[in-house]
Amino acid sequence: MSENVPDHLQYTAEHEWVDGSSPATVGITRHAADALGELVYVELPEVGTEVTAGSVCGELESTKSVSEIFAPVTGRVVETNQAVVEDPSLVNSDPYGAGWLLKVEITTPGALISAEEYAALVQA
Amino acid sequence: MSATTSSTAAGETEQLRRTPLDAEHRALGATMTGFAGWSMPLRYTSDVAEHQAVRSAAGLFDLSHMGQIRVTGPDAGRGLDRALVGNISGLAVGRARYTMICAPDGGVVDDLVVYRTGDEEFLVVANASNATTVTAELQQRCSGATSESGAWVEAGAEARAAAVDEPAGPVDTTTALVAVQGPAAAAILTAVVVDADRDDVAGLRYYACTPARVAVDGGTVEALVARTGYTGEDGFELYCAADDAVALWRSLLAAGEPHGLVPAGLACRDSLRLEAGMPLYGNELDRTTTPYDAGVGRVVRLDKTDDDGSPLPFVGREALEARAHSEPARVLVGLEGLGRRAARHGYAVLAPRGATVGHVTSGAPSPTLGHPVALAYVTPEVSAPGTELAVDVRGRAEPVRVVPLPFYRRAT
Repeated sequence: MSENVPDHLQYTAEHEWVDGSSPATVGITRHAADALGELVYVELPEVGTEVTAGSVCGELESTKSVSEIFAPVTGRVVETNQAVVEDPSLVNSDPYGAGWLLKVEITTPGALISAEEYAALVQA
Repeated sequence: MSATTSSTAAGETEQLRRTPLDAEHRALGATMTGFAGWSMPLRYTSDVAEHQAVRSAAGLFDLSHMGQIRVTGPDAGRGLDRALVGNISGLAVGRARYTMICAPDGGVVDDLVVYRTGDEEFLVVANASNATTVTAELQQRCSGATSESGAWVEAGAEARAAAVDEPAGPVDTTTALVAVQGPAAAAILTAVVVDADRDDVAGLRYYACTPARVAVDGGTVEALVARTGYTGEDGFELYCAADDAVALWRSLLAAGEPHGLVPAGLACRDSLRLEAGMPLYGNELDRTTTPYDAGVGRVVRLDKTDDDGSPLPFVGREALEARAHSEPARVLVGLEGLGRRAARHGYAVLAPRGATVGHVTSGAPSPTLGHPVALAYVTPEVSAPGTELAVDVRGRAEPVRVVPLPFYRRAT
Protein backbone atom coordinates (compact mmCIF):
# COMPACT_ATOMS: atom_id res chain seq x y z
CA MET A 1 0.00 0.00 0.00
CA SER A 2 2.45 2.64 1.23
CA GLU A 3 5.24 3.19 3.69
CA ASN A 4 2.52 3.83 6.29
CA VAL A 5 0.97 0.36 5.80
CA PRO A 6 3.64 -1.94 4.33
CA ASP A 7 2.22 -4.65 2.05
CA HIS A 8 4.33 -7.50 3.38
CA LEU A 9 2.92 -7.34 6.92
CA GLN A 10 -0.31 -8.57 8.49
CA TYR A 11 -2.30 -6.46 10.93
CA THR A 12 -4.87 -6.47 13.72
CA ALA A 13 -7.79 -4.08 14.14
CA GLU A 14 -6.02 -2.98 17.35
CA HIS A 15 -3.14 -1.58 15.26
CA GLU A 16 -0.45 -4.23 15.77
CA TRP A 17 1.56 -5.67 12.89
CA VAL A 18 3.13 -9.13 12.49
CA ASP A 19 5.66 -10.18 9.87
CA GLY A 20 5.83 -13.61 8.23
CA SER A 21 9.15 -14.75 9.71
CA SER A 22 9.67 -17.43 12.35
CA PRO A 23 9.76 -16.41 15.12
CA ALA A 24 7.41 -13.61 14.08
CA THR A 25 8.23 -9.99 14.82
CA VAL A 26 5.44 -7.85 16.32
CA GLY A 27 5.07 -4.07 16.52
CA ILE A 28 2.52 -1.28 16.33
CA THR A 29 1.56 0.58 13.18
CA ARG A 30 2.56 4.06 12.08
CA HIS A 31 -1.06 5.11 12.45
CA ALA A 32 -1.05 3.98 16.10
CA ALA A 33 2.32 5.55 16.86
CA ASP A 34 1.17 8.88 15.40
CA ALA A 35 -2.11 8.77 17.31
CA LEU A 36 -0.37 8.08 20.63
CA GLY A 37 2.15 10.88 20.31
CA GLU A 38 5.72 10.61 21.47
CA LEU A 39 6.13 7.54 23.64
CA VAL A 40 7.93 7.90 26.95
CA TYR A 41 7.45 4.43 28.42
CA VAL A 42 7.13 0.94 26.99
CA GLU A 43 6.34 -2.15 29.04
CA LEU A 44 6.90 -5.51 27.35
CA PRO A 45 6.31 -9.08 28.62
CA GLU A 46 9.21 -11.17 29.95
CA VAL A 47 10.97 -13.48 27.53
CA GLY A 48 9.37 -16.92 27.95
CA THR A 49 5.87 -15.54 28.58
CA GLU A 50 3.05 -17.41 26.83
CA VAL A 51 0.84 -14.81 25.15
CA THR A 52 -2.66 -15.35 23.79
CA ALA A 53 -4.01 -13.65 20.68
CA GLY A 54 -6.29 -10.77 21.67
CA SER A 55 -5.08 -10.51 25.26
CA VAL A 56 -3.04 -7.70 26.79
CA CYS A 57 0.71 -8.29 26.82
CA GLY A 58 2.19 -4.86 27.49
CA GLU A 59 1.59 -1.15 27.43
CA LEU A 60 2.70 2.02 25.70
CA GLU A 61 2.60 5.40 27.39
CA SER A 62 2.92 8.90 25.98
CA THR A 63 2.57 12.21 27.80
CA LYS A 64 -1.09 12.34 26.79
CA SER A 65 -2.29 8.77 26.86
CA VAL A 66 -1.65 5.17 27.67
CA SER A 67 -2.48 2.18 25.48
CA GLU A 68 -2.37 -1.54 25.94
CA ILE A 69 -0.53 -3.83 23.56
CA PHE A 70 -2.67 -6.79 22.50
CA ALA A 71 -0.88 -9.95 21.41
CA PRO A 72 -1.77 -10.45 17.73
CA VAL A 73 -0.88 -14.15 17.87
CA THR A 74 -0.73 -16.99 20.39
CA GLY A 75 2.71 -18.34 21.30
CA ARG A 76 5.82 -17.86 23.41
CA VAL A 77 7.81 -14.62 23.61
CA VAL A 78 11.40 -15.45 22.62
CA GLU A 79 12.85 -11.94 22.45
CA THR A 80 11.86 -8.37 23.41
CA ASN A 81 13.33 -5.18 21.99
CA GLN A 82 15.34 -3.67 24.83
CA ALA A 83 16.28 -0.72 22.61
CA VAL A 84 12.67 0.56 22.68
CA VAL A 85 12.49 0.06 26.45
CA GLU A 86 15.58 2.30 26.71
CA ASP A 87 14.38 4.75 24.05
CA PRO A 88 10.61 4.51 23.47
CA SER A 89 10.74 7.23 20.79
CA LEU A 90 12.09 4.57 18.41
CA VAL A 91 8.50 3.35 18.10
CA ASN A 92 7.52 6.79 16.79
CA SER A 93 10.47 7.25 14.48
CA ASP A 94 10.61 3.74 12.99
CA PRO A 95 7.56 1.65 13.94
CA TYR A 96 8.20 -1.04 11.29
CA GLY A 97 11.97 -1.21 11.82
CA ALA A 98 14.02 -0.31 14.92
CA GLY A 99 10.76 0.24 16.84
CA TRP A 100 9.66 -3.43 16.79
CA LEU A 101 8.42 -4.77 20.14
CA LEU A 102 8.43 -8.59 20.42
CA LYS A 103 9.46 -11.81 18.70
CA VAL A 104 6.97 -14.64 19.21
CA GLU A 105 7.18 -18.35 18.41
CA ILE A 106 3.67 -18.78 17.05
CA THR A 107 1.56 -21.78 18.09
CA THR A 108 -1.74 -20.35 16.76
CA PRO A 109 -2.06 -17.32 14.52
CA GLY A 110 -4.72 -14.82 15.57
CA ALA A 111 -7.38 -13.13 13.44
CA LEU A 112 -5.10 -11.06 11.22
CA ILE A 113 -6.05 -8.77 8.36
CA SER A 114 -4.20 -7.79 5.19
CA ALA A 115 -2.46 -4.47 4.52
CA GLU A 116 -5.32 -3.51 2.24
CA GLU A 117 -7.94 -4.25 4.90
CA TYR A 118 -5.97 -2.41 7.56
CA ALA A 119 -5.47 0.63 5.34
CA ALA A 120 -9.23 0.72 4.70
CA LEU A 121 -9.88 0.44 8.43
CA VAL A 122 -7.74 3.41 9.43
CA GLN A 123 -9.00 5.50 6.55
CA ALA A 124 -12.56 5.23 7.73
CA MET B 1 -3.42 -1.78 20.84
CA SER B 2 -6.27 0.33 22.11
CA ALA B 3 -6.26 3.58 24.01
CA THR B 4 -7.65 3.21 27.50
CA THR B 5 -7.36 6.87 28.41
CA SER B 6 -7.11 9.77 26.10
CA SER B 7 -8.04 13.40 26.19
CA THR B 8 -8.48 13.49 22.45
CA ALA B 9 -11.52 11.30 21.96
CA ALA B 10 -14.18 14.00 22.31
CA GLY B 11 -15.72 15.79 19.42
CA GLU B 12 -14.81 13.44 16.59
CA THR B 13 -18.23 13.48 15.02
CA GLU B 14 -19.81 16.78 15.98
CA GLN B 15 -19.33 19.87 13.84
CA LEU B 16 -16.22 21.51 15.26
CA ARG B 17 -15.65 25.25 15.31
CA ARG B 18 -12.48 26.57 13.70
CA THR B 19 -10.22 29.31 15.03
CA PRO B 20 -8.91 32.07 12.74
CA LEU B 21 -5.58 30.17 12.67
CA ASP B 22 -7.05 26.86 11.49
CA ALA B 23 -5.40 26.95 8.04
CA GLU B 24 -2.04 27.89 9.61
CA HIS B 25 -2.14 24.81 11.85
CA ARG B 26 -2.99 22.53 8.96
CA ALA B 27 -0.23 24.05 6.79
CA LEU B 28 2.23 23.40 9.63
CA GLY B 29 1.17 19.73 9.65
CA ALA B 30 -0.52 19.80 13.05
CA THR B 31 -2.43 16.82 14.38
CA MET B 32 -5.83 18.37 15.06
CA THR B 33 -8.17 17.27 17.82
CA GLY B 34 -11.66 18.07 19.02
CA PHE B 35 -11.54 20.07 22.24
CA ALA B 36 -14.59 21.69 23.88
CA GLY B 37 -16.31 21.87 20.50
CA TRP B 38 -13.33 23.38 18.69
CA SER B 39 -10.86 21.87 16.26
CA MET B 40 -7.50 22.59 17.88
CA PRO B 41 -3.85 21.63 17.28
CA LEU B 42 -2.90 18.77 19.61
CA ARG B 43 0.73 18.79 18.51
CA TYR B 44 2.76 19.85 15.47
CA THR B 45 5.66 17.42 15.78
CA SER B 46 6.27 15.90 19.22
CA ASP B 47 4.57 16.68 22.55
CA VAL B 48 7.85 16.30 24.39
CA ALA B 49 9.88 18.49 22.01
CA GLU B 50 7.23 21.24 22.20
CA HIS B 51 7.16 20.96 25.99
CA GLN B 52 10.94 21.26 26.19
CA ALA B 53 11.00 24.19 23.74
CA VAL B 54 8.68 26.15 26.07
CA ARG B 55 10.91 25.36 29.07
CA SER B 56 14.18 26.22 27.29
CA ALA B 57 13.25 28.75 24.55
CA ALA B 58 9.65 29.52 23.59
CA GLY B 59 6.40 28.10 22.25
CA LEU B 60 3.59 29.76 20.28
CA PHE B 61 0.04 28.69 21.17
CA ASP B 62 -3.33 29.34 19.54
CA LEU B 63 -5.82 29.84 22.37
CA SER B 64 -8.57 31.44 20.31
CA HIS B 65 -11.03 28.87 21.62
CA MET B 66 -10.96 30.50 25.05
CA GLY B 67 -14.09 32.53 25.81
CA GLN B 68 -13.49 36.28 25.66
CA ILE B 69 -16.28 38.21 27.36
CA ARG B 70 -16.29 41.99 27.55
CA VAL B 71 -18.03 43.62 30.51
CA THR B 72 -18.49 47.38 30.19
CA GLY B 73 -20.38 50.23 31.79
CA PRO B 74 -20.25 52.47 34.87
CA ASP B 75 -21.23 49.55 37.11
CA ALA B 76 -19.03 46.92 35.45
CA GLY B 77 -16.56 46.61 38.34
CA ARG B 78 -19.28 46.38 40.98
CA GLY B 79 -21.22 43.95 38.82
CA LEU B 80 -18.18 41.66 38.63
CA ASP B 81 -17.67 42.00 42.40
CA ARG B 82 -21.15 40.53 42.85
CA ALA B 83 -20.70 37.90 40.14
CA LEU B 84 -17.22 36.59 41.01
CA VAL B 85 -15.44 35.61 44.24
CA GLY B 86 -12.64 38.18 43.82
CA ASN B 87 -12.35 41.91 44.43
CA ILE B 88 -12.59 43.12 40.84
CA SER B 89 -13.54 46.78 41.27
CA GLY B 90 -10.28 47.21 43.18
CA LEU B 91 -8.23 46.18 40.15
CA ALA B 92 -6.21 49.03 38.59
CA VAL B 93 -6.53 49.72 34.87
CA GLY B 94 -3.89 47.62 33.08
CA ARG B 95 -3.84 44.86 35.68
CA ALA B 96 -5.19 41.31 35.63
CA ARG B 97 -6.47 38.90 38.27
CA TYR B 98 -6.95 35.14 38.49
CA THR B 99 -10.40 34.54 39.96
CA MET B 100 -13.40 32.20 39.92
CA ILE B 101 -17.11 32.25 39.33
CA CYS B 102 -18.96 30.06 41.81
CA ALA B 103 -22.48 28.65 42.12
CA PRO B 104 -24.63 29.63 45.13
CA ASP B 105 -23.44 26.42 46.88
CA GLY B 106 -19.79 27.49 46.48
CA GLY B 107 -18.98 25.02 43.68
CA VAL B 108 -16.69 26.33 40.95
CA VAL B 109 -18.51 27.24 37.70
CA ASP B 110 -15.22 28.26 36.06
CA ASP B 111 -11.81 29.70 36.78
CA LEU B 112 -11.15 32.99 35.00
CA VAL B 113 -8.61 35.68 34.29
CA VAL B 114 -10.10 39.19 34.41
CA TYR B 115 -8.24 42.11 32.81
CA ARG B 116 -9.19 45.73 33.55
CA THR B 117 -8.74 47.38 30.17
CA GLY B 118 -10.35 50.73 31.12
CA ASP B 119 -12.18 52.52 33.93
CA GLU B 120 -15.45 51.01 32.80
CA GLU B 121 -14.18 48.07 30.74
CA PHE B 122 -13.12 44.54 31.68
CA LEU B 123 -12.13 41.48 29.65
CA VAL B 124 -13.16 38.19 31.27
CA VAL B 125 -11.44 35.10 29.85
CA ALA B 126 -13.21 31.78 30.43
CA ASN B 127 -12.42 28.18 29.57
CA ALA B 128 -13.78 27.19 26.16
CA SER B 129 -15.96 24.47 27.66
CA ASN B 130 -17.60 26.97 30.02
CA ALA B 131 -17.73 30.09 27.83
CA THR B 132 -21.47 29.87 27.11
CA THR B 133 -22.33 29.26 30.76
CA VAL B 134 -20.09 32.03 32.04
CA THR B 135 -21.45 34.51 29.48
CA ALA B 136 -25.02 33.74 30.52
CA GLU B 137 -24.19 33.93 34.23
CA LEU B 138 -22.41 37.25 33.83
CA GLN B 139 -25.26 38.68 31.79
CA GLN B 140 -27.63 37.75 34.58
CA ARG B 141 -25.42 38.52 37.56
CA CYS B 142 -23.86 41.79 36.33
CA SER B 143 -26.81 43.34 34.57
CA GLY B 144 -29.69 42.09 36.64
CA ALA B 145 -29.29 43.99 39.87
CA THR B 146 -27.99 47.23 38.47
CA SER B 147 -29.47 50.57 37.60
CA GLU B 148 -29.98 51.77 34.04
CA SER B 149 -26.32 52.82 34.00
CA GLY B 150 -25.35 49.21 34.75
CA ALA B 151 -22.99 46.75 33.15
CA TRP B 152 -23.10 45.39 29.62
CA VAL B 153 -21.81 41.95 28.84
CA GLU B 154 -20.84 40.91 25.34
CA ALA B 155 -18.89 37.92 24.16
CA GLY B 156 -16.31 37.43 21.45
CA ALA B 157 -15.66 33.73 21.13
CA GLU B 158 -19.20 33.07 22.31
CA ALA B 159 -20.81 35.37 19.80
CA ARG B 160 -23.33 32.70 18.85
CA ALA B 161 -24.48 32.09 22.38
CA ALA B 162 -24.67 35.75 23.25
CA ALA B 163 -26.11 36.72 19.85
CA VAL B 164 -24.18 39.97 20.06
CA ASP B 165 -22.42 39.85 16.73
CA GLU B 166 -22.96 36.83 14.54
CA PRO B 167 -19.65 36.17 12.79
CA ALA B 168 -19.65 35.67 9.04
CA GLY B 169 -17.28 33.60 6.93
CA PRO B 170 -15.33 30.46 7.61
CA VAL B 171 -14.14 31.34 11.09
CA ASP B 172 -16.26 30.76 14.15
CA THR B 173 -15.19 33.59 16.40
CA THR B 174 -14.62 37.34 16.17
CA THR B 175 -11.67 37.30 18.55
CA ALA B 176 -8.34 35.52 18.70
CA LEU B 177 -5.76 34.79 21.36
CA VAL B 178 -2.18 33.68 20.83
CA ALA B 179 0.36 33.07 23.59
CA VAL B 180 4.15 33.28 23.47
CA GLN B 181 5.51 31.35 26.44
CA GLY B 182 9.05 30.58 27.54
CA PRO B 183 12.27 32.24 28.66
CA ALA B 184 12.77 33.80 25.19
CA ALA B 185 9.22 35.23 25.08
CA ALA B 186 10.19 38.77 26.13
CA ALA B 187 13.00 38.99 23.57
CA ILE B 188 10.70 37.73 20.81
CA LEU B 189 7.82 40.02 21.66
CA THR B 190 9.91 43.17 22.02
CA ALA B 191 11.39 42.42 18.60
CA VAL B 192 7.97 42.62 16.91
CA VAL B 193 6.31 45.40 18.91
CA VAL B 194 6.54 48.86 17.26
CA ASP B 195 9.18 51.24 18.68
CA ALA B 196 6.66 53.47 20.46
CA ASP B 197 5.21 50.55 22.48
CA ARG B 198 8.40 48.59 23.13
CA ASP B 199 9.19 50.00 26.56
CA ASP B 200 5.62 49.43 27.74
CA VAL B 201 5.78 45.77 26.73
CA ALA B 202 9.32 45.16 27.99
CA GLY B 203 8.44 46.67 31.38
CA LEU B 204 5.11 44.87 31.71
CA ARG B 205 4.76 43.22 35.12
CA TYR B 206 3.36 39.74 35.74
CA TYR B 207 -0.45 39.89 35.56
CA ALA B 208 -0.39 43.31 33.86
CA CYS B 209 -1.61 44.24 30.37
CA THR B 210 -1.21 47.04 27.85
CA PRO B 211 -2.49 47.77 24.36
CA ALA B 212 0.36 47.52 21.83
CA ARG B 213 0.90 47.53 18.08
CA VAL B 214 2.76 44.59 16.58
CA ALA B 215 4.61 44.88 13.28
CA VAL B 216 3.34 42.37 10.73
CA ASP B 217 3.81 41.83 7.02
CA GLY B 218 2.33 44.93 5.40
CA GLY B 219 1.65 47.01 8.51
CA THR B 220 0.76 46.68 12.16
CA VAL B 221 -1.99 45.02 14.17
CA GLU B 222 -3.47 46.16 17.49
CA ALA B 223 -3.36 43.70 20.36
CA LEU B 224 -3.93 43.66 24.09
CA VAL B 225 -0.62 42.29 25.38
CA ALA B 226 -0.73 40.64 28.81
CA ARG B 227 2.06 39.07 30.85
CA THR B 228 0.04 36.02 31.77
CA GLY B 229 0.13 32.34 30.94
CA TYR B 230 -0.51 28.75 31.92
CA THR B 231 2.89 27.10 31.52
CA GLY B 232 4.97 28.06 34.55
CA GLU B 233 7.28 30.14 32.34
CA ASP B 234 7.55 33.84 31.65
CA GLY B 235 5.31 34.70 28.74
CA PHE B 236 2.69 36.84 27.10
CA GLU B 237 -0.85 36.43 25.83
CA LEU B 238 -1.97 38.59 22.91
CA TYR B 239 -5.66 39.28 22.38
CA CYS B 240 -6.59 40.54 18.92
CA ALA B 241 -9.37 40.64 16.34
CA ALA B 242 -9.92 37.42 14.39
CA ASP B 243 -9.05 39.20 11.14
CA ASP B 244 -5.58 40.10 12.46
CA ALA B 245 -4.71 36.70 13.89
CA VAL B 246 -2.94 35.16 10.89
CA ALA B 247 -0.65 38.18 10.40
CA LEU B 248 0.16 38.28 14.11
CA TRP B 249 0.83 34.52 14.27
CA ARG B 250 3.16 34.62 11.26
CA SER B 251 5.04 37.63 12.60
CA LEU B 252 5.64 35.95 15.97
CA LEU B 253 6.62 32.65 14.34
CA ALA B 254 9.19 34.40 12.11
CA ALA B 255 10.61 36.60 14.88
CA GLY B 256 10.76 33.65 17.25
CA GLU B 257 12.50 31.18 15.00
CA PRO B 258 16.06 32.45 15.67
CA HIS B 259 15.26 32.18 19.40
CA GLY B 260 14.14 28.54 19.15
CA LEU B 261 10.38 29.24 19.24
CA VAL B 262 8.17 26.45 17.89
CA PRO B 263 4.39 26.24 17.46
CA ALA B 264 3.06 24.31 20.44
CA GLY B 265 -0.14 22.29 20.80
CA LEU B 266 -2.66 21.48 23.52
CA ALA B 267 -0.82 18.28 24.51
CA CYS B 268 2.20 20.16 25.81
CA ARG B 269 0.02 22.92 27.23
CA ASP B 270 -1.47 20.27 29.54
CA SER B 271 1.87 18.75 30.60
CA LEU B 272 3.34 22.25 31.16
CA ARG B 273 0.48 23.39 33.40
CA LEU B 274 0.57 20.10 35.30
CA GLU B 275 4.28 20.49 36.10
CA ALA B 276 3.51 24.05 37.22
CA GLY B 277 0.78 22.68 39.54
CA MET B 278 -1.94 24.77 37.90
CA PRO B 279 -5.51 23.44 38.13
CA LEU B 280 -7.48 22.56 34.99
CA TYR B 281 -11.24 22.95 34.92
CA GLY B 282 -12.86 19.53 34.53
CA ASN B 283 -9.94 17.84 36.31
CA GLU B 284 -9.06 19.67 39.53
CA LEU B 285 -12.01 22.09 39.41
CA ASP B 286 -15.71 21.46 38.87
CA ARG B 287 -19.14 22.22 40.30
CA THR B 288 -18.58 19.82 43.22
CA THR B 289 -15.32 21.54 44.21
CA THR B 290 -14.89 24.80 46.09
CA PRO B 291 -11.84 27.04 45.64
CA TYR B 292 -10.77 25.97 49.15
CA ASP B 293 -10.74 22.29 48.19
CA ALA B 294 -8.45 23.09 45.25
CA GLY B 295 -5.98 24.94 47.48
CA VAL B 296 -6.81 28.33 45.95
CA GLY B 297 -9.02 29.71 48.72
CA ARG B 298 -6.96 32.90 48.46
CA VAL B 299 -9.04 33.93 45.42
CA VAL B 300 -12.18 34.14 47.60
CA ARG B 301 -12.30 37.65 49.04
CA LEU B 302 -14.67 37.41 51.99
CA ASP B 303 -13.26 40.79 53.09
CA LYS B 304 -14.61 42.73 50.11
CA THR B 305 -17.03 45.45 51.13
CA ASP B 306 -19.75 47.64 49.69
CA ASP B 307 -19.34 51.42 49.46
CA ASP B 308 -20.73 51.75 53.00
CA GLY B 309 -18.22 49.24 54.40
CA SER B 310 -20.65 46.37 54.90
CA PRO B 311 -19.73 42.89 53.57
CA LEU B 312 -20.39 42.82 49.83
CA PRO B 313 -22.79 40.09 48.79
CA PHE B 314 -21.56 37.88 45.95
CA VAL B 315 -22.88 34.63 44.51
CA GLY B 316 -21.70 31.75 46.72
CA ARG B 317 -20.67 33.95 49.64
CA GLU B 318 -22.62 32.20 52.42
CA ALA B 319 -21.53 28.70 51.39
CA LEU B 320 -17.91 29.76 50.94
CA GLU B 321 -17.85 31.57 54.29
CA ALA B 322 -18.99 28.36 56.02
CA ARG B 323 -16.46 26.34 54.04
CA ALA B 324 -13.62 28.73 54.94
CA HIS B 325 -14.11 27.97 58.62
CA SER B 326 -14.57 24.19 58.46
CA GLU B 327 -12.14 21.31 58.14
CA PRO B 328 -11.70 20.16 54.53
CA ALA B 329 -12.95 16.69 53.61
CA ARG B 330 -10.23 16.40 50.97
CA VAL B 331 -7.06 18.21 49.97
CA LEU B 332 -5.45 18.68 46.55
CA VAL B 333 -1.89 17.34 46.66
CA GLY B 334 1.02 16.69 44.34
CA LEU B 335 2.16 13.09 43.90
CA GLU B 336 5.59 12.15 42.63
CA GLY B 337 5.70 8.72 41.01
CA LEU B 338 8.51 6.49 42.27
CA GLY B 339 8.08 3.99 39.44
CA ARG B 340 7.80 4.62 35.72
CA ARG B 341 4.08 4.11 35.09
CA ALA B 342 2.08 7.32 35.33
CA ALA B 343 -1.10 7.76 37.34
CA ARG B 344 -3.95 9.12 35.22
CA HIS B 345 -7.21 11.01 35.74
CA GLY B 346 -9.68 8.93 37.76
CA TYR B 347 -7.26 6.38 39.21
CA ALA B 348 -7.64 5.51 42.91
CA VAL B 349 -5.04 6.67 45.46
CA LEU B 350 -4.32 3.94 48.01
CA ALA B 351 -3.01 3.96 51.58
CA PRO B 352 -0.22 1.46 52.39
CA ARG B 353 -2.82 -1.10 53.55
CA GLY B 354 -4.73 -0.73 50.31
CA ALA B 355 -7.68 1.43 51.41
CA THR B 356 -8.75 4.08 48.90
CA VAL B 357 -7.86 7.52 50.27
CA GLY B 358 -8.47 9.65 47.18
CA HIS B 359 -8.49 10.00 43.41
CA VAL B 360 -6.08 11.30 40.79
CA THR B 361 -7.35 14.33 38.87
CA SER B 362 -4.44 14.74 36.41
CA GLY B 363 -1.30 12.74 35.79
CA ALA B 364 1.44 12.28 33.22
CA PRO B 365 5.10 11.44 32.83
CA SER B 366 6.84 14.78 33.46
CA PRO B 367 9.11 15.61 30.53
CA THR B 368 11.11 18.10 32.62
CA LEU B 369 11.53 15.99 35.76
CA GLY B 370 11.82 12.58 34.10
CA HIS B 371 9.37 10.82 36.41
CA PRO B 372 5.58 10.63 36.64
CA VAL B 373 3.68 13.40 38.44
CA ALA B 374 0.02 13.67 39.39
CA LEU B 375 -2.47 15.91 41.12
CA ALA B 376 -4.93 14.13 43.41
CA TYR B 377 -7.62 14.81 45.99
CA VAL B 378 -6.84 12.84 49.16
CA THR B 379 -8.13 12.78 52.73
CA PRO B 380 -6.36 15.32 54.99
CA GLU B 381 -4.57 12.73 57.16
CA VAL B 382 -2.50 11.49 54.20
CA SER B 383 -1.86 14.92 52.64
CA ALA B 384 1.42 15.89 54.33
CA PRO B 385 4.48 16.10 52.04
CA GLY B 386 6.59 12.98 52.40
CA THR B 387 3.62 10.65 52.93
CA GLU B 388 4.13 7.40 51.01
CA LEU B 389 1.04 6.22 49.12
CA ALA B 390 0.26 4.21 46.01
CA VAL B 391 -1.90 4.65 42.93
CA ASP B 392 -3.85 1.81 41.34
CA VAL B 393 -2.46 1.99 37.80
CA ARG B 394 -4.63 -0.47 35.87
CA GLY B 395 -4.58 -3.13 38.56
CA ARG B 396 -1.06 -2.68 39.90
CA ALA B 397 -0.21 -0.49 42.90
CA GLU B 398 2.51 1.97 41.85
CA PRO B 399 4.34 3.75 44.70
CA VAL B 400 4.01 7.55 44.96
CA ARG B 401 5.03 10.19 47.48
CA VAL B 402 3.18 13.39 48.43
CA VAL B 403 5.31 16.38 47.44
CA PRO B 404 4.79 20.16 47.72
CA LEU B 405 3.38 21.97 44.68
CA PRO B 406 4.39 23.08 42.14
CA PHE B 407 6.41 20.15 40.79
CA TYR B 408 8.37 22.60 38.65
CA ARG B 409 9.28 26.20 39.41
CA ARG B 410 11.37 28.18 36.94
CA ALA B 411 14.65 29.68 38.08
CA THR B 412 14.24 33.43 38.64
